[in-house]
Amino acid sequence: MLRVENLTKAFGGVTAVSGVSFEVTKGTIHAVIGPNGAGKTTLFNLITGVYTPSSGSIVFEGSEIGGVAPERLAKRGISRTFQNLQVSMNLSAIDNVMTGAHLGLNSGLLAGMIGLPDLGGRERATRIRAAELMEFVGCGAYVAAEARSMPYGALKRLEIARALMANPRILFLDEPAAGLNHTETHEIEDLIAALGKTGITVVLVEHDMKLVMNVSDRIVVLDYGKKLAEGTPAEIRVDPDVVAAYLGAESEGV
Amino acid sequence: MSEASIPTTIGRSSPETTAAALATAPGFRARHLPTIVLAIVLALLPLVLPNAYYYDVVIRILANAVLAIALNLLIGYCGQISLGHAGFFGLGAYGSAILTTHYDWTAPSALLVSAVVVGLLAWLVARVILRLKGHYLAMATLGLGIIVTIVLTNEASLTGGPDGMSVGDMRIFGLRLYGEKVWYPVFAGLVVVAVVLAGNLVESPAGRALRALHGSEVAARVVGIDTASFKTRVFVLSAVVAAIMGSLTAHYLGFITPQVASFHKSVELVTMAVVGGMASIWGSVFGAALLSLLPDLLAHFEGFETVIFGVILVATMIFLPRGIVPSLARLLRREGR
Repeated sequence: MLRVENLTKAFGGVTAVSGVSFEVTKGTIHAVIGPNGAGKTTLFNLITGVYTPSSGSIVFEGSEIGGVAPERLAKRGISRTFQNLQVSMNLSAIDNVMTGAHLGLNSGLLAGMIGLPDLGGRERATRIRAAELMEFVGCGAYVAAEARSMPYGALKRLEIARALMANPRILFLDEPAAGLNHTETHEIEDLIAALGKTGITVVLVEHDMKLVMNVSDRIVVLDYGKKLAEGTPAEIRVDPDVVAAYLGAESEGV
Repeated sequence: MSEASIPTTIGRSSPETTAAALATAPGFRARHLPTIVLAIVLALLPLVLPNAYYYDVVIRILANAVLAIALNLLIGYCGQISLGHAGFFGLGAYGSAILTTHYDWTAPSALLVSAVVVGLLAWLVARVILRLKGHYLAMATLGLGIIVTIVLTNEASLTGGPDGMSVGDMRIFGLRLYGEKVWYPVFAGLVVVAVVLAGNLVESPAGRALRALHGSEVAARVVGIDTASFKTRVFVLSAVVAAIMGSLTAHYLGFITPQVASFHKSVELVTMAVVGGMASIWGSVFGAALLSLLPDLLAHFEGFETVIFGVILVATMIFLPRGIVPSLARLLRREGR
């Protein structure tokens, strides 16, 4: 479904991602792990169009998407969340989720002015769907809340609901458990597992090893911008390189 | 093209969820009651307006309100500032004046053509500028506004130069619009229309996209909102509204000078939107009223009016940073709790 080949991104003299290749199979949960600064988020930003690759290719469902702008990727069914929250705090919680349905609605200015988009109750249907998804990701208690009054953990879920609202074919989660406590991390783990069961393709970057080991079908390990290893959780756990570079060297997130 | 990748099993529908969702939609009363009140007030106002002078004051407020509402869509919702909106206003005014006076066009066709030309000009500027981030639009429109003033001042054969030019009455559908009492319902109607259309827009998917991109541009782009396109379209929309108001105001005043396009006027419009309340339609109406009335109200401070004017603006921005109407609305809501 998604094939990354020899992907490289350099910022001036720093090569954040260097010659990374891997493939994501439809309907699986794929994790990208690695120590801080390994290039995980850069890799995400490359695939989701926030950055343009220096070289290499990203092929999604048969077509090259390297350097394609995020708003065009959204049309192809690529959706994501952010490590550092990107929620519109000037909107209510449910409005944030409803923006996820943007592409499916009539967003013309003139149509909006004369009140066309609500013909046939599409706004209404979108609103209901948004509440259902908020319920699904576990922030149903905030359906009537303003985004700015929500706690951090709930906002992380809100981002997932917004991403789901777009009916994505592939969902990228950038550190969904970052900054969450033990219980919350556990709940996010359950949520990702539940997403996986519905058949949606998920790619996640995460520091929390336990979560990654529990939910992932396949894992890519990055270190200093290069791919160190790839395999199933069981394989990664015993890979000597990974143990040396990551698990053995640091104890973070465990 | 392909099967839905999310099975509808994600999220269950239940009557409770549906009810909770629908309760978040803005109700009819919240959305339309203020507009109805405004319409009634405007309809009854002629009963208490003693003479043409007061009509004129109100008409100026109404014209500024329409301009501020349109400009606020750009400032408050797109987070972009135009410091050259008086330039578009001036182009509309002079477009109508020149086409009707020198070329014998009818007023409505002159208005339409001016508006279209201004729209194209705004689109060209936005196409180039809005690809860049930050305050480039403010700089570009600042320059554009100044160029417009210079051209209007120097092309004296067409525009009468700094002395200005007179503009004939507007005739539309056989009606001759002349005098404050005839123009009043036109401008009052335009304000109500502007409030309704802007209100609809803000509550529509397009309006939600605008608010979202103001909150987080990258998040908006990731869900497919073409932020550059939205900013461009709103900029063009607000410029076209300015041009139309310029045309109408030119016919109403009967005489215009390049001052209508001045930088001072541009700043005044931005101030109305910001002081009244960014991203607030009613804030724009209030800001327009306040900024239009203040100079008159402060007139008897003789010489100190600019100082007092400045103090009021600075105090507003310090103590009510979200603008007067949104800040007061918030206070009231807190009191009510």
